[in-house]
Amino acid sequence: MTAHSLSLGRILRFTLLSLGALIFLAPYIFMISTAGKAQSEIFSSSLSLIPEHWSYVENFTKALSRVSMPTLLLNGVIVCAMIFLVQVVVAIPCAYAMAKLKFRAARFMMVLVMLGLLVPIHATALPLYVAFDRLAVLNSYTALVAPFSISVFAIFLFLQFFRAIPDDLIHAARLDGMSEVGIVARVVVPNAWPAITAFAIFSVVAHWNDLFWPLIVVTNQDYATPPLGLLSFRAAEAGDDYGALMAATLIITLPLVAAFLLAQKRFVEGITMTGLKG
Amino acid sequence: MSVLSLCKITKSFGGNAILKGVSLEAQGGEFIALVGPSGCGKSTLLRIVAGLDHAEGGEIVIGGRAVSAVAAADRNVAMVFQSYALYPHLTAGQNIAVPLAMRRLTTPQRLPFIGNLMPGQRQIRADIQRQVKEMAGSLKIDHLLDRKPGQMSGGQRQRVALARAMVRSPSVFLMDEPLSNLDANLRVHARGEIVELHRRAGVPTLYVTHDQSEALSMADRVAVMIGGNLLQLASPQEIYDDPAHIEVARFLGQPRINVMETRMDASGTVRFGALTLAADGVRSSETPVLIGVRPEFVHLSVRADGILRARVERTEFLGSEVIVHARLDGIGEAIVAKVGPAEAATLVAGMPVSVDIEPDRAMLFAVTGERLRAKTVAVASAREKARG
Amino acid sequence: MASVATDMPMAAADRREGRIAWLLAAPAITLLFLFILLPTLAVVVLGFTDFELGYGGFRFVGFENYAELVSDRTFRRSLWNTAVYTAIVTPVSIVLALAIAMLIEAETRAKAFFRTVYFLPVASLLVAMATVWQFLFHPTIGPINTFLTQLGIAGPNWLGASGTVLYGLSIIGIWQSVGFNMVLFLAGLTAIPRELYAAAEVDGAKSWFDRFRLVTWPMLGPTTLFVTTISIINSVKVFETVKTLTEGGPNKASEVLLFTIYQEGFVYLRVGYASAMTVIFLAILVVLMFLQYRVLDRKVLYA
Repeated sequence: MTAHSLSLGRILRFTLLSLGALIFLAPYIFMISTAGKAQSEIFSSSLSLIPEHWSYVENFTKALSRVSMPTLLLNGVIVCAMIFLVQVVVAIPCAYAMAKLKFRAARFMMVLVMLGLLVPIHATALPLYVAFDRLAVLNSYTALVAPFSISVFAIFLFLQFFRAIPDDLIHAARLDGMSEVGIVARVVVPNAWPAITAFAIFSVVAHWNDLFWPLIVVTNQDYATPPLGLLSFRAAEAGDDYGALMAATLIITLPLVAAFLLAQKRFVEGITMTGLKG
Repeated sequence: MSVLSLCKITKSFGGNAILKGVSLEAQGGEFIALVGPSGCGKSTLLRIVAGLDHAEGGEIVIGGRAVSAVAAADRNVAMVFQSYALYPHLTAGQNIAVPLAMRRLTTPQRLPFIGNLMPGQRQIRADIQRQVKEMAGSLKIDHLLDRKPGQMSGGQRQRVALARAMVRSPSVFLMDEPLSNLDANLRVHARGEIVELHRRAGVPTLYVTHDQSEALSMADRVAVMIGGNLLQLASPQEIYDDPAHIEVARFLGQPRINVMETRMDASGTVRFGALTLAADGVRSSETPVLIGVRPEFVHLSVRADGILRARVERTEFLGSEVIVHARLDGIGEAIVAKVGPAEAATLVAGMPVSVDIEPDRAMLFAVTGERLRAKTVAVASAREKARG
Repeated sequence: MASVATDMPMAAADRREGRIAWLLAAPAITLLFLFILLPTLAVVVLGFTDFELGYGGFRFVGFENYAELVSDRTFRRSLWNTAVYTAIVTPVSIVLALAIAMLIEAETRAKAFFRTVYFLPVASLLVAMATVWQFLFHPTIGPINTFLTQLGIAGPNWLGASGTVLYGLSIIGIWQSVGFNMVLFLAGLTAIPRELYAAAEVDGAKSWFDRFRLVTWPMLGPTTLFVTTISIINSVKVFETVKTLTEGGPNKASEVLLFTIYQEGFVYLRVGYASAMTVIFLAILVVLMFLQYRVLDRKVLYA
């Protein structure tokens, strides 16, 4: 009796989950399918997923010829890598000082961090834009990276993590003859990998996907990031060549999705860790 | 000549005095146990010697050099932490090599990748490796060198921590409860090992523990710290048999020493039941004093000729001995005796007994805690009365 | 280091440690002032000016910008649309996420597979996926309407009609945020001790729903509160889909707060006026955070 109702429950649960999964995957399925369809077939508005004539090559060639995908992806990688590196290099020593040193300003810093957590880029964009305009640094990697060089969230996350590192370990390192910088580089960082990976995922996902700030500071396609590039591709294509559009979409979505699929456990852990503590 | 000398060290945290002027001298090759209840300041003192904490006042001299203003790394002291504090991301071998690498290799030589290209580092690294191997060999941890701390048992980690501390031949050895994270069997075994390592190294060692049996069994001299004061520094035997302070007497010994309150008249004579003691020196008036007797010097018998009468409350059988809890008639104070099983066989709860104290084992303390030297004047009166 | 005074070793050592701490924190403090505090202050100040990029000078106009905002129909529309969008996306994505998380948690097989599938939108480029959704929503050739037609329903012009555009955007918003909320709920669910469910069962909570009310829901309290706050904040910050798909149209039916700020500030370059809007936007965020702290406080006090 129980076993029967249990298995019934399981079937129901499994069906619900599968149905939901199908709906969530639908955009990807249609993206892949449409990227292989010719214009005429798309406009016949049939629900069939397998293209009648495989037009993948044609659509991808179109996508690649209209916009420089390598430039976009490279810009995305450069900008995300620079942002992440600077954020970590700036935040880790600060979090270490706040967590493990006799630092009188630690409380004041904590207040600053909490305030900083409240202020998104959208709020500071106007004055930063004006300043960057005056300094003539619009349309540059500097403009794309600089506002994100400080991540109060990184400080916050690392602070939580460093507090859990035993004081004895730091003391042992001092007795062993390490300087404070040495301790950060040789003891704290190697033991903070979980936090650093989590933050890396958080940071890269956020900045790879960010449209708002690149849209403001970049008008030159040489510095366009993937979202910005796709936006201008859409504008140029007048939006109706869905085959090529889906092909472009596919190319641009693929890197991060592939990274996610390869390291999904880390991704989910990272997002959970940064999410719960943020 | 003293290798380590502490002079009037003071320290407070937020207005609370943690150390109230502690002085201590260690000779070359001496093993000193710092023992005391938790919060007595013993760990703080150790950290001050290490340079991890800083005293407010006082002087620390290591090997003839005043080090109060010297950074921890430059004091040439080694420390074994309670948690071992091994670097979790390094293997045992790399852990042991850290203090050597920090001292022998220059900063550029220590850089990853680039460091390997620096001239002269190859020879030094080989030398360090050899020393690590030797150290590991003498501690029998050769087979662990490639493991990380997470893959080792508590006992193995403790050995690696010891090796890391010893490998660079420090001028002073500091240990902060290094055995408290081991299980009971291993702990007793490790005691002997640490003492043996200490003998071989011949370096003065300060060993912090709250475990009195560890302190008494391992140390050349025991320093008892209570409430921020070093109350006594003497050999284990002396500390136990001839405590200088009531708190020292109370802290050491299991079960605890019996302390009973009585009075001393102006001539310095103390009467406790049928026992009469005479303290050195003369007081102006009658004062209250404390009399202390360790349980093993208290004897209970059914005979009626003891110095006091008592009633047995309960007995605890511990195998080789029996702890008897009794309450003194009249004064109503509890007294504990440690007796042999044969002696205890006749004792049952509720039974009236006669209490005997080995007269030259009774100690007098002022109510403030200081020891009052005393000699026995008479014991026999009650016994004589009973006979007579 | 050599000059450390011997008479006051502690103070000297503390000073030394303090100096190192300042050095280590200095880059962070500098950048924090430069890129967060100063710009935030500047936004507040600019909100009281008529500054326009491209014109030389500016003057302080007091609350004129704010007075204009009150009567600005686009801005009011934009606030209203943001509120409607948030009111749809937040509850639906939370309830869906919780349901999916509980189903996945109860599932023994294919747990990882389902988690991956539902999380996939979080890791996907939103601008790109919005483009896909635009195709799905296409009134004539889009699969959604094709499907509806086969069912005999005439599908609406999702993103092209002012009556449905917000719903269309909300569907994309929900699709995109469920996975994020779900992993947070999954983390919350795994943190609930198994014994509590056993105890609830022993105590007579027979049905699934009883156990949910007795154990799951209360134990998830802090997670739910956090997920709610972050969902609301993310909904208020909706921008990418609007910019990509509708540009606020048709007929301002999808004007949302950040898009309006973007238009005013970076397209029309009316920096002063857009700054005043930004101040309102910031105020909304502050109030939301404040509410979260208040609720959290109460929960702690009366739990």
